[in-house]
Amino acid sequence: MNIDEALKKIGDHFGSRILKVNRKSSKRAYIDIYPKDVVDVVRYIFKDMGLRFNIASAVDDFDSLEILYHFTYDPTAIIISIRAMLKDKNDPHIDTITGVTRSAWWIEREMHELFGIEFDGNNDLRPLLLPDDWPSGVYPLRKNFVVPKRDSRKE
Amino acid sequence: MSHKAHVPIGPYHPLQEEPEFYKLVVEGETVVDVDVRIGYNHRGIEKISESKNFDQSIFIVERICGICSSSHPVACVQAIEDICDITVPERALYIRSINQELERIHSHLLWLGLAGHFLGYNTVFMWAWKYRELICDIMETVTGNRQNYAMLKVGGVRRDIEREHVPYILSRLDELLPKLDMLKGAVLDDPVLAARLKGVGILTKEAAIDYAALGPVARASGVDIDVRRDHPYAAYDRVKWNVITQTEGDVFAKTVVRILEMYESASIIRQCLDNMPDGPIDSNPKEIPAGEGIGVSEAPRGECFHYIKSDGSNSPVRHKVRAPTYMNFPTFRETVMGQTVSDATIILAAIDPCYCCTERMLIVDTKDKSIMNVEELIRLSQEKTQRLKEKMGIK
Repeated sequence: MNIDEALKKIGDHFGSRILKVNRKSSKRAYIDIYPKDVVDVVRYIFKDMGLRFNIASAVDDFDSLEILYHFTYDPTAIIISIRAMLKDKNDPHIDTITGVTRSAWWIEREMHELFGIEFDGNNDLRPLLLPDDWPSGVYPLRKNFVVPKRDSRKE
Repeated sequence: MSHKAHVPIGPYHPLQEEPEFYKLVVEGETVVDVDVRIGYNHRGIEKISESKNFDQSIFIVERICGICSSSHPVACVQAIEDICDITVPERALYIRSINQELERIHSHLLWLGLAGHFLGYNTVFMWAWKYRELICDIMETVTGNRQNYAMLKVGGVRRDIEREHVPYILSRLDELLPKLDMLKGAVLDDPVLAARLKGVGILTKEAAIDYAALGPVARASGVDIDVRRDHPYAAYDRVKWNVITQTEGDVFAKTVVRILEMYESASIIRQCLDNMPDGPIDSNPKEIPAGEGIGVSEAPRGECFHYIKSDGSNSPVRHKVRAPTYMNFPTFRETVMGQTVSDATIILAAIDPCYCCTERMLIVDTKDKSIMNVEELIRLSQEKTQRLKEKMGIK
């Protein structure tokens, strides 16, 4: 399954639910979808097409947040990234994909604490990396977070 | 009526060099639930990288881990090269491979030693760490550093492997291989270790796929993936080697995979040194355009994944780093449950959680109360590198 066959398969299966396909090279492609379709798309790619889940990465685009779910098909070395734009930065919501693959367990916790994204249906969103007394509503990987200066005289 | 007890391990304890907190819930001897708390070492590298330029980002990611200090920069430069299709000179590709394989041997030896230590088999610990020094010496003579080699840059490598280095590297590998045979015998033929490791902490193939496990952890469970073969980068498609897989998925299988991989690594290094063409080592790219790129490399623990988004300025807008242990760690839920407390440590250690050994030395002389400062330590280290080079007969 080369990249064109993979993209055709996804395109045929989801039709107009696919917003945009960017075939960047013979090894990389980015597919934009609606956030509400994320579970269906991820299930199809992970379970039916048998791609490996690399990781998800959230990006703060200033106006909105986007999540990229990266999948690899090892036999032909292609990486397909699914992009979901979360328009409302004040209340970003998306369905959890932990029901499809348990490999998303930690990354959803991480995106929850670092970007403030709510994963509906995931009931284990405890902090993973940040300390327990981290203030709520402060998301360090958002662009508006500025790393505070330390007062070295107090150390 | 059940009597559940909690056994805390960590976050700071004498065996684990890095802080992690395991909470084992046990019923009698049996582990019935487990949770892990990480983050004690969180340094915010992804955030820092956004405030650095691309050259500095490579420098930063090299410091994520003292053991994978070649794998992260390789994945990082490949992600940047993916943004703008930079062609890397052939010789640089070979040097990247050599660097990565040397790192793999020393990392697997480090793990083997720690695994021996966890099991109370300290002979293996002493041997593995002693012979790991052979590799660290090669690294020091070739790159100037035992760890954090600073070899990588976008478009190539920063330092060449000189012609006079080659016989030295080969002689050290010749010295290492009989020692590897000895270690292999001491571990794989030992009936006590077999009794201790076989059938312990099994990760099934289905679970390995579901958890998207990587590297030796996946390969020991029969998942035949290896970035070096599947996504050929550096010079891996120009040499002959095998991907080692096992089917059992237990701690013993993980050990077998790592031990046999060291032989493959040694063979890759030899072939690379033999076939390495002359030529430039850097294509000197000038600008990184806007766009996004993904780079992957096979670290000793599995696939390193870097995603970089650029807006055309000189620093990344977003730099996502996914180290292999991040995916391998959650598999503990599969492997530890139902096992005994005494096996829990080796099962948790079997994924080779990333340890750091960058601390070299601090000399404190209590007699005349002199403490060496950074400059003096650097001078000491440079003198040692010089002595090593003199021993191998090069300037």
